[in-house]
Amino acid sequence: MLYFSRWKVIAILLSVLAGILFALPNVLPKDIQETLRAHTILRPVTLGLDLQGGSNVLMEVDRKELVNTLIVQQMGDVRAALRTARIAYKLNRTPSGVTVQITEAADADKANDVLKGLTQPIDTGLFGTGVANHIFTLDRSGQQFTFTFSDAGLEARVSRAVEQSLRIIENRVNGSGISEVSIQRQGKDRIVIQLPGVGDPDQVVKMIGQTAKLTFQLVCESQPVAATDNPPPECAAFPMKEDAKRMMWVQTSSAATVDGADLNDAQSGFDSRTNEPIVNFRFNQKGALRFGKLTADNVGKPFAIVLDQQVISAPRINDAILGGSGQISGNFTVEEANALAVVLRSGALPARLIPVEQRTVGPSLGSDSIHAGAVSAVIALIAVMIFMLIAYGLFGIFANVALVVNLILLIGIMSVFGFTLTLPGIAGIVLTMGIAVDSNVLVYERIREEWRHGRTALNAIETGFRAALATVLDSNFTALIAAVVLFGVGSGPVRGFAIAHAIGILTTLFTAFTFTRLIVSWWVRTAKPKEVPL
Amino acid sequence: MYKPIRFIKDDTKVKFMLLSRYGYFASGLACLAAVLLFVFVGLNYGVDFKGGTVFVIRTEQAANLDELRSKINGLGFGDAELQEFGTGGREVLIRLPTVEGGEDVQRVVQDKVKQVLGTGVEYLSIDVVGPKVSGELAQQSILAVLIAIIGILIYIWFRFEWQFAIATVMSLLHDVLLTIGFFCLIGIDFNLQIIAAILTIVGYSLNDTVVVFDRIREYLRKYKQMPLADLIDFSINSVLPRTLLTAVTTLLALIALYIFGGEVLKGFTLAMIWGVLIATYSSIFSAASLLALLGVNRDAIQTSPAKPAKTAAAARP
Repeated sequence: MLYFSRWKVIAILLSVLAGILFALPNVLPKDIQETLRAHTILRPVTLGLDLQGGSNVLMEVDRKELVNTLIVQQMGDVRAALRTARIAYKLNRTPSGVTVQITEAADADKANDVLKGLTQPIDTGLFGTGVANHIFTLDRSGQQFTFTFSDAGLEARVSRAVEQSLRIIENRVNGSGISEVSIQRQGKDRIVIQLPGVGDPDQVVKMIGQTAKLTFQLVCESQPVAATDNPPPECAAFPMKEDAKRMMWVQTSSAATVDGADLNDAQSGFDSRTNEPIVNFRFNQKGALRFGKLTADNVGKPFAIVLDQQVISAPRINDAILGGSGQISGNFTVEEANALAVVLRSGALPARLIPVEQRTVGPSLGSDSIHAGAVSAVIALIAVMIFMLIAYGLFGIFANVALVVNLILLIGIMSVFGFTLTLPGIAGIVLTMGIAVDSNVLVYERIREEWRHGRTALNAIETGFRAALATVLDSNFTALIAAVVLFGVGSGPVRGFAIAHAIGILTTLFTAFTFTRLIVSWWVRTAKPKEVPL
Repeated sequence: MYKPIRFIKDDTKVKFMLLSRYGYFASGLACLAAVLLFVFVGLNYGVDFKGGTVFVIRTEQAANLDELRSKINGLGFGDAELQEFGTGGREVLIRLPTVEGGEDVQRVVQDKVKQVLGTGVEYLSIDVVGPKVSGELAQQSILAVLIAIIGILIYIWFRFEWQFAIATVMSLLHDVLLTIGFFCLIGIDFNLQIIAAILTIVGYSLNDTVVVFDRIREYLRKYKQMPLADLIDFSINSVLPRTLLTAVTTLLALIALYIFGGEVLKGFTLAMIWGVLIATYSSIFSAASLLALLGVNRDAIQTSPAKPAKTAAAARP
């Protein structure tokens, strides 16, 4: 138990050296840290948002709204399709879809063909499994047709919405110049956004969460007299930007709409005549074609520029706009125009995102926490070391050296693997100090027992290590189970605790089985003890 | 040469099995009290599990809690709970309940509170947890504690015998129950950190119990004729110095953390300190004696492979 082959000694010492090397960047000055980070894998430990200050925002795809949008769209498409086919119908919305009642029995078969065309499958992406997910399924019973929402279709749609949103949010964040933002998917319908150093995330959250759905829609022929008037079936009432109490009725069918998703570019600028801030946009080919056709067919009529269900402005179409570019004006401030350009460039979010959890730590609390954590860690270390010294003398010194090595390894591993250190993580490290020496206590108590029961010093030490290390393994392994479970379910700071605690258990096992034994074996060989000083 | 101080006498011969009768009584009573506290007083669920908004602010002058309270209650978002945060007198924790009207509305609370408090207030932290997330966090936490306990049950069952596993889990439940009772009693803000503390306590308590059980198993192989009760007493006494010394080093670290670790960790650390005390108590007074009640299949253990330390020749005084 006390014999180490040469290569084992080398391996142990190398591991300890590597630990020291990995932990080293934490105590180096900032500029050296940066150089090391650029050229090597050496880096200081990553601080969690609760230590460096910043915001953690959890956003969720608004399913309700997504369903609503899809149903409204479907209703518009049904109306347009049936009208083109000259079929009389009655349309009803149900909680789970749309029902269509065909007036004349003779039209029913024709309507069947028309409506079948409206259950397009959702493309499941590049790696589609070949299973088409329809958003709606169509059922017919006589003259009655029912479009029902399919759950699988919705799930696929939500999942795609999250994927698209990730990319779009990334673009928006990059466009706005905030640095080191992490954007990750969480679960089926959520996105976590971490904004280090951002103490007031409101602006960012608003920008990220803005759907930025831009559409150009023809204005209905009749317009409301009072804001509470109900719009005719093919129209929707949207508030005006300049006066939210005034409503405008705009056409909803897809034939009367050009989607801003087909924008190629958007830049803020100034109107050459009025010097008012505006946003210039350019369509891609598909968009330009549709936009050209819509404007050509409707010269002289007004069309509404709608952003997130709000009419920004409703200019009259003077000429067909065939070049695919245009401008949006709407009493913007310069900042508004800039922000609008950024969100238009990055594209519309496929669905609304709602912040469901938002945690912000200001920079001063963060640095207070670092300070408090460091002070308590040092004091805990000193207290434990003094106690071990009193209780075990020389062996206490061995334990203390092992404890320091243990902590260096812990910090080194966290640094080099990029684990995040949170405030509860610091608590985990401090706790490790208290628990790490347990392995020494176990071994020492056992050695003492064996010695008192009549063994020679060497024999007692040998047996003590062997008997106690089995227990050390058992007891630490069970503690590890709890830490791993915590890591699995925890989030943010708590997960930081689980990481620090779990790594602490592993480094404790390492030092107990190798380093402490190595020191003791050196001592045994040089001092050739006749007694156990315990 | 320096002679280390022995904090615990050698060869203690405490009759733990006799004491455990009182231990059962005390534990049973305490568990009953914990259940009653949980039912009639209940936990003070924090924002993580209840949802709502929590601000920690720092004011320029000493904070006037009444003035702040009336300002915030004037907003009509429900009753604000205010309490001093730390000892400086300038830091205040403000807690507002979830507002009716879905996930979206919760952010409005933040804007309005910032407006009414005006400038001259520094926001140390703001947590907004929507009703949906808080519900999930509560579910996950209960699940976590259950999974951990089941995982441990299985591990102990494999490593030892089923009686050991049952005794371990009984004493774990005892520890968790008493910890929760304690939280009800002191009204600690029950949040995710506390769940982390409970899981760590579970780990620690287990650690203690496993050490005692390891020793019992060893003695079962070594002293085949010794009555189980005596053997358990002997085992607990043998590892008593270790149990207490480890509790002391852990408590030293935790107390340093409690005093110097800042306000944010206070709840966690307090929970841990209590947990270590309870775990130490239960590993001495209840876990092993439960084993005596359940009985052990000595044949199974004695015939299983083991490498017991050879019996020493003569005792050293």
